[in-house]
Amino acid sequence: MRRLYPHPYLSLTLFAVWLLLVNGYALGSLVFAAILATIIPLLTSAYWPNRMEVRNLPAIIGYILLVIWDIIVANVVVAKIVLFKPNSQLQPAWVTIPIDLRSPEAITLLAGTITLTPGTVTSDISACGRSLLVHCLHAPDPDAVRDEIKTRYEARLKRIFR
Amino acid sequence: MTLVTEILISVLLVVAGIFGIVGSFGLLKLPDPMTRLHAPTKATTIGIGGVLIASMLYFGLVADSFSWHEILISLFLFLTAPITANFIAKAHLHREVPVSELPPTGTDRAWATYDHDIAETAPNRNL
Repeated sequence: MRRLYPHPYLSLTLFAVWLLLVNGYALGSLVFAAILATIIPLLTSAYWPNRMEVRNLPAIIGYILLVIWDIIVANVVVAKIVLFKPNSQLQPAWVTIPIDLRSPEAITLLAGTITLTPGTVTSDISACGRSLLVHCLHAPDPDAVRDEIKTRYEARLKRIFR
Repeated sequence: MTLVTEILISVLLVVAGIFGIVGSFGLLKLPDPMTRLHAPTKATTIGIGGVLIASMLYFGLVADSFSWHEILISLFLFLTAPITANFIAKAHLHREVPVSELPPTGTDRAWATYDHDIAETAPNRNL
């Protein structure tokens, strides 16, 4: 079983995505989804050296809801800045964020979250993978931005990834 | 019932349209490439999200043929938007920004865009 399905989460995702793509659940598409969910992880397993260690499902759902809420807030905040703040008052800043996460999947997720949330875009990672370069649209206090990212997102991701 | 649904769908479409316009306006108004990157990665997420929710409501409640494709579109959008932003940012750093303008990494290696020792650029998995 472990050899047939080396990445169970990937298989489940592929199965679900195929059913969403065909927009229905006829027997034929169920079978084809199962075939794809078996073959694709097997063919690509050479490129996924580590099995992702995920635990704590409630924390994952909580994280997704938090991020969706923050995206909505981010949209309103950025829209306000674009519409009402003259360019001369804008204080863009680069912020270095030291990261304690070590698994590449977790770092990718953190970087993606930072880009999607209020006024910050992840621009680069240090060559050793221990800090992220983040650009802030309007940050009078760059240290506060760093602390917020570390407590709000990274602390939660640490609970999800081993 | 249909009136409520129609109002809801219209409100979503209008809100989405406003955010789409604000995102595009930000692209014009903001002063430099890095700040411009913020407008399309954020203000338009809600724009597209609103249109997709409106489409789901319309096909589910009015046209009576519920469709799952909107969920997939938003999923792919959330997967690709940060990656595109990251690539644009990296290209901009690479071409326009000298290292001296960036804050220090706080580690013993430089930022990946400026670090030419490619063999060791992958994050160390065994730490």
